[in-house]
Amino acid sequence: MSALNKFRETMRRDQVFDIVNKQDYSEVDTSHGQILYVEDVTVSFDGFKAINELNFYIEVGELRCMIGPNGAGKTTMMDIITGKTKPDKGSVWFGQNINLLKMTEPEIAQAGVGRKFQKPTVFEHHNIFENLEMAMAGNKGVWATYRAKLSSEQHDRIMSVMDTIGLTDNSTQRAGALSHGQKQWLEIGMLLMQNPRLLLVDEPVAGMTHQEMDKTGELLTSLAGEHSVVVVEHDMDFVRSIAKKVSVLHQGSILAEGTMDEVQNNQKVIEVYLGE
Amino acid sequence: MSFFSLKNKITLVLIFSLSLLFTSSSFAESTNLQHKNSEPFIQALELLQSKSYNKKGKAIEQLVATKDERVQSILEAMLKARLFYTKEDKTVVIGKKVDDGFALTSVLEQKYLGSLSKSKLKKVKVNNKLRGILRASIATLSLSSPDAKKRLAAVKQMFGKTNKAGITALQAHLKMEKDSAVRSEIETLININDLDSGDKETQLAAIKTLFNSLNPETRNKLEILKDNADADIASASQVALKNINNKLGFYDKVNTAFFGLSLGSVLVLAAIGLAITFGVMGVINMAHGELIMLGAYTTYVIQQIMPNHIGLALVLAVPAAFIVSGSVGILIERLVIRHLYGRPLETLLATFGISLILQQAVRSVFSPLNRAVETPVWMAGSLEINPALSLTYNRLYIIFFCLAVFTILYLIIKKTSLGLSVQAVSQNRSMARAMGIRASRVDALTFGLGSGIAGVAGVALSQLTNVGPNLGQAYIIDSFMVVVFGGVGNLWGTLISGFTLGIANKFMEPWAGAVLAKILVLVFIILFIQKRPRGLFPQKGRAAES
Amino acid sequence: MFKLLKGDRGGQVFLTLLTLAAILIPIFNLILPESSPFHVSTFTVTLLGKYLAFALLALSVDLVWGYMGILSLGHGAFFALGGYAMGMYLMLQIGDRGVYGNPDLPDFMVFLNWKEIPWFWHGFDNFWFAMVMVALVPGLLAFVFGALAFRSRVTGVYLSIITQALTYALLLAFFRNEMGFGGNNGLTDFKDILGFSLQSDNTRIALFVASAIALALGYLSCRSIVTSRLGRVAVAIRDSEDRVRFIGYRVDHIKLAIFTFSAVIAGVAGALYVPQVGIINPGEFSPIRSIELVIWVAIGGRTTLYGAVLGAFIVNYSKTYLTGVAPETWLFALGALFVFVTLYLPNGIVGLLKRKQA
Repeated sequence: MSALNKFRETMRRDQVFDIVNKQDYSEVDTSHGQILYVEDVTVSFDGFKAINELNFYIEVGELRCMIGPNGAGKTTMMDIITGKTKPDKGSVWFGQNINLLKMTEPEIAQAGVGRKFQKPTVFEHHNIFENLEMAMAGNKGVWATYRAKLSSEQHDRIMSVMDTIGLTDNSTQRAGALSHGQKQWLEIGMLLMQNPRLLLVDEPVAGMTHQEMDKTGELLTSLAGEHSVVVVEHDMDFVRSIAKKVSVLHQGSILAEGTMDEVQNNQKVIEVYLGE
Repeated sequence: MSFFSLKNKITLVLIFSLSLLFTSSSFAESTNLQHKNSEPFIQALELLQSKSYNKKGKAIEQLVATKDERVQSILEAMLKARLFYTKEDKTVVIGKKVDDGFALTSVLEQKYLGSLSKSKLKKVKVNNKLRGILRASIATLSLSSPDAKKRLAAVKQMFGKTNKAGITALQAHLKMEKDSAVRSEIETLININDLDSGDKETQLAAIKTLFNSLNPETRNKLEILKDNADADIASASQVALKNINNKLGFYDKVNTAFFGLSLGSVLVLAAIGLAITFGVMGVINMAHGELIMLGAYTTYVIQQIMPNHIGLALVLAVPAAFIVSGSVGILIERLVIRHLYGRPLETLLATFGISLILQQAVRSVFSPLNRAVETPVWMAGSLEINPALSLTYNRLYIIFFCLAVFTILYLIIKKTSLGLSVQAVSQNRSMARAMGIRASRVDALTFGLGSGIAGVAGVALSQLTNVGPNLGQAYIIDSFMVVVFGGVGNLWGTLISGFTLGIANKFMEPWAGAVLAKILVLVFIILFIQKRPRGLFPQKGRAAES
Repeated sequence: MFKLLKGDRGGQVFLTLLTLAAILIPIFNLILPESSPFHVSTFTVTLLGKYLAFALLALSVDLVWGYMGILSLGHGAFFALGGYAMGMYLMLQIGDRGVYGNPDLPDFMVFLNWKEIPWFWHGFDNFWFAMVMVALVPGLLAFVFGALAFRSRVTGVYLSIITQALTYALLLAFFRNEMGFGGNNGLTDFKDILGFSLQSDNTRIALFVASAIALALGYLSCRSIVTSRLGRVAVAIRDSEDRVRFIGYRVDHIKLAIFTFSAVIAGVAGALYVPQVGIINPGEFSPIRSIELVIWVAIGGRTTLYGAVLGAFIVNYSKTYLTGVAPETWLFALGALFVFVTLYLPNGIVGLLKRKQA
């Protein structure tokens, strides 16, 4: 990435005056069984429609896989849900009471949406313990963060997550020194520390060995139920191994939805993938 | 023979030789002319040596009355404080400054007398009142010049200084005058004079004809007449005055806009190189201002090498400054910046260090004092559009120069293979490299191009400001503001932003003052960046986002 | 306090040295006779006191740059504002001892034919009011500026450039006589502080000790931030701002809080500097001053706090020495230092020492 692009990355701005639009996001209302509503969302960059009339719903406790060719809009979709990109139109609701489009990234995160990036981004200068500690759910205001002290329960929680992601032995190792796969896990671990209701996981097994993949699959399946999980993945074998329901994204909208077998036999899906 | 007296001789010839004497040999003949030294002429010369300004005034009157052909050069010399008489024998002479005193030409014989030191001469002193009389007298004399431009200048000289005799002379002259510009000027002058006539009809007619006159004298007179006892004259004056004031206000705005455009051109010139290095390459070059400074010093050095061809030196300085600053730029890129790509803050600090070194280097080589860079003759003076609006040539040239530099740069970026490579590298480095573009070479050349343009800007700045070691510092922040305001990576944005800021600055100056205007512009940009962090014309698209 | 310094060997060494200096230097100055080889002249004490103020300023830059990645090229402005607040107090202490002998108006106002003191000078005759302003004015400016900039996510070099524009605008403003801060000449000719003559050895020693205490407190408070979770989040913001947002932190709030705190420290440093050097003028706002102090931090070594202190001492000592011996070489040396440090010493002298140890 050129230095210029790096500047641009940092040049984005908030369009939202978040102080004005304070809404209560303490409790997600999922009484209708759905945790995420994405309806008629469209976003275009310079005339190119990255997302086009996108509609889908995620149920409470569901594990959903999203697949699709490059440029289908998977990452942009995640950007919209987590507040990084604002759509031109459409609505995105978290449960029935929380309008995600009116919130900033930190507010969305606090409301209970966690995200793992495609490129693993952990804080390289911090050790594993500190990475997890910073991600931990709780009051993240300036003063509270300054005064924060770890209680023994919180300490135990970090240790147990570290155990879950298999990094207990390296707790004081700098995250920058971890292998690619370990960084992926650390990032998932940070997600867990946030204790989100909805997890958005972008390409969790890229660069992993088969063993690590299996382990990741197990982890994600075990998370479903208590959490809702959306996984975007290229690796078909991995998707087949964990997915109950699969959505195929193509040119910014949902092309097909169903079990892995159903979508694999869907004529339109075959055309798109073979036509590539 | 000295240049000065030669010029006067030619003037003399031009004025008075209506005959066919005006040939290439007439100059030689005129030097041999036997001057008839009439008594009043000699008397007047003696009177000029008196201490009393009143007597000197009389002497001038007397001189003009002689209609002698030498009078004009005498009066002009007097006005320029170049008329002397020798302490030794009281000869009245015209002097031209030379190294060890003055080269002298006698007034009576029109003969070169060699040079004398200042201590052996006595100056014919003039005061402000005398200067006015001198100007008007010279103007009256000039009216008979065959050169229309001289006549026009002569008429202009007379505004506000005419007397009844003068007007009569002008009216007589008007009958013979063929040049329309001179005619209209004389008419205005006569009309203005009519305003004072005291005759109601004449006054009203004059007000009517002067309805659109922008001459400052018209306005002054109308200002007095608007309170006239006669209601008709007063109201007519008020209407005319209002119209004139509106027009003046308009031209005043045009003038401010012109000043703004020229300031904008300076800003664009200073910033456009930065738009390349910062905008396209993403390199923060804090030494950019010093590269401008090097360009200005290059101009100075070339002028020192060829002191007799100031104009040519200035033209030659453009490519020379491009090469000097461009090479220094490439050197900086190869030695320092290359190692710091992707670390913009470090680049900023390192190039700031370089700027300190360059500043001190210039200080050590050329002295810490400002150097004088001369302005060629063709850049002096101004283009007069009407009495209320005249555009100075140096500002005009700067605007054209800026547009030319911009056009060339734009074509280089859009049309040449270097330009295309620059764009490719700036958009996607690894992809460009994969396609066989040697990114590191392109970087060096791009940086050289941006730096070279800074040098060219320095040539232009050398004509406007002091050339000294701090020249660069004065422009670096402004340049960054222009680029950031316009939108990084966008040459058009830089152009528009430079002009906008220049004009805004000049329009604020009248009520805010120069310093406050500048502060306000800075504060405005600081606030603007909060609202639109990517400037007026941001690059769009997903590539720009990530 | 001991908890704060746990594992911070550099800090322990630094604070020990600082304590020793604060105790021994007054003794060497006041008690030892001038003939003694250990006698420290008052001139040296004041020079060291000035360095201490600079060190405090460097500390504030390290806090935002080293730990949070904000390269402020305008910290000199906060320093100068603190200095001016102190200068105003000192100015009003002169009373009728000025050249014009006007008991109410400072000399430059008399010179400008002003009839009464401008409203914003009211209250500065009170020491404690002035001390509040020393912290409040730079803090407020940093707060307003930061609130705008951080909310709009202006970062990186853009932020650096507009901080530079900020201090440049203030430079131009303070040059104006109409601003009411003495214009070109600034504020000077101070007589006394809290009734003690600024010329006396005792006052100078007191100012030196006050600077040492301020530096120690500044160090400890910065240390308490960087060792807290807030400090870790700040470093995380430096490394990956976006990621911090996605785990639920309000990045703009955190930046704003630390930036403002840092500006307050810079202001305090300015207030300590002014009575020791006896003048404050608009030159302190010049962009080059602000960049220069960034290089102190870079040379000492970022992200260690004590590195910034070390850098401030080394560069300023070199400056004092070189401008005395060979003034024309100073800018060459400083320029070369900029280039050398960024190219070859990214972690400064402290980084070099640490690598040697390892």
